[in-house]
Amino acid sequence: MPTEATRRPNTLFRNLNAKIASLPMILTALVVFVGGTIWTITYSFTNSRLLPRLNFIGLDQYERLWSTPRWIASIQNLVIYGSLSLIFSLLIGFVLAALLDQKIRFENTFRSIILYPFALSFIVTGLVWQWLLNPDFGVQHLVRTLGWESFTFNPLYDQSIVIYGILIAGLWQGTGLVMCLMLAGLRGIDEDIWKAARVDGIPMWKTYIFIVIPMMRPVFVTTLVIIASGIVRIYDLVVAQTSGGPGHASEVPAKYVYDYMFAAQNLGQGFAASTMMLLTVAIVVVPWAYLEFGGRRRHG
Amino acid sequence: MADVRTASVGQVEPRIAGHDEAWGPRPRRIFSRRNIVLYGALVIVSLYYLMPLYVMIVTSLKTMPEIRLGNVFAPPVEITFEPWVKAWSTACTGLNCDGLSRGFWNSVRITIPSVIISIAIASVNGYALANWRFKGGNTFFTILIVGAFIPYQVMIYPIVIILREMGVYGTLTGLIIVHTIFGMPINTLLFRNYFSSLPEELFKAARVDGAGFWGIYFRIMLPMSLPIFVVSMIIQVTGIWNDFLFGVVYTKPDTYPMTVQLNNIVNSVQGVKEYNVNMAATILTGLVPLVIYFISGKLFVRGIAAGAVKG
Repeated sequence: MPTEATRRPNTLFRNLNAKIASLPMILTALVVFVGGTIWTITYSFTNSRLLPRLNFIGLDQYERLWSTPRWIASIQNLVIYGSLSLIFSLLIGFVLAALLDQKIRFENTFRSIILYPFALSFIVTGLVWQWLLNPDFGVQHLVRTLGWESFTFNPLYDQSIVIYGILIAGLWQGTGLVMCLMLAGLRGIDEDIWKAARVDGIPMWKTYIFIVIPMMRPVFVTTLVIIASGIVRIYDLVVAQTSGGPGHASEVPAKYVYDYMFAAQNLGQGFAASTMMLLTVAIVVVPWAYLEFGGRRRHG
Repeated sequence: MADVRTASVGQVEPRIAGHDEAWGPRPRRIFSRRNIVLYGALVIVSLYYLMPLYVMIVTSLKTMPEIRLGNVFAPPVEITFEPWVKAWSTACTGLNCDGLSRGFWNSVRITIPSVIISIAIASVNGYALANWRFKGGNTFFTILIVGAFIPYQVMIYPIVIILREMGVYGTLTGLIIVHTIFGMPINTLLFRNYFSSLPEELFKAARVDGAGFWGIYFRIMLPMSLPIFVVSMIIQVTGIWNDFLFGVVYTKPDTYPMTVQLNNIVNSVQGVKEYNVNMAATILTGLVPLVIYFISGKLFVRGIAAGAVKG
């Protein structure tokens, strides 16, 4: 202990420049990420309305949250959109990556074309697909003018399928990223594996399913976490494409939070809803972070 | 890497078949069934992905009567650039009728300082983490990375309070601070990994020669890390330009970035919908990231792959 005390000024000023340089990171990590999260969770137990106030009312906000039809609809939409988006973007992304990995010509061109929507914002994506799915001018109108008079494909004005209209736009924007991640994973597979499988006469599709995909597990896990944490945040796309309508049919949690915090002047509800969002992400991320960072520490 | 596979497969196959005299890769017919299926599928997929861009451009060049008559995929009979002019300079959001140009310049004023500040901070930070390890550094870094997964909605309001206390809520300065904060995890990670991959002898030699923290950063690390600066810049420019949530929360109508203004123009309830103007406005907003994407090419891919796969 005495040695510790004598050494203390030394360790504090050692690497002083590095510590100064890391000050923004330390502040961000502690004040914004940790502090902000604790703050929001704390105030989600209060009855704050226009201004945050420390007037604790227990779990009332959460009870009200889970009995609000709009929130239930948001969660249902998130589950439908999320699970379908996960499945389809992984599936399409992997198939496209496998196609591009066949030593084809113009690989860069194909990849650029499939990835470019990812450079566009969700607002732009939402507005384009709003136009394409417009019943009077878009796809439905086109098929009808081609002769199929009764053809109906009107997701943006039909409460029961509006979320699929958003899914189409979301997949268009996001599959390119998944494809790129998968392609990087495929390129990381040792050539000898392919050679061995070929020598053994294993058909290509079997090699993919039984050998390559299991080997790409880390890539799949990382991609899954990235897509999943993006899905929970989905906001701009819905705002641009449907504004949550028709009715509340395409509401999502992030929009609920925003509307209650900044439009409905009901901060407590907003905090409770955002805490639920945090919980959803935690269920996905914590096990992954534990495996990823817990396992890596052993290597130093 | 791809060449290795072709070459070796070519070598293995003839031996199995017993043609010892046949060397080199087996010539492939261009119009084999495999190729037709493969390229056919890729071309169809590409057309699907290009279709919205095509429709956007075509629609923005048509007149409104023509849009009402025809279908969205038909090329314009009579090309007009009026929708573009209108979208840029006279389209209305609420009471303001000066078009998207205001949003564009706001976005420029937001993006440039945000990108410079966030990259400067992240690169110095990554350098400190990689080469000047200090106690607790990795703990804060782990918090930062895990924090990147926290939904923004959780931190939005506390940041409103912080910015209000600092007196910059609703100003461009406030938004720049927010972008710097939320760009920090990915960029610090990128720079830390890059600086860690440089040979340590380089750093040690400079230390022996008496260079200090900033000396090594500016004279050795900075010149060596130009590619990663470009990657980081691509991530930041597209990310900040495309941002909507922070723009709508932390700025006022006068300082709204382009995405927010675009959404207000297109989704405004008043007036007759002018689809050609809307699509011109949409393309204008998407133009900056698209240009960056097509110029940067492989670096863009490298950016997202580095940010994602390396973890």
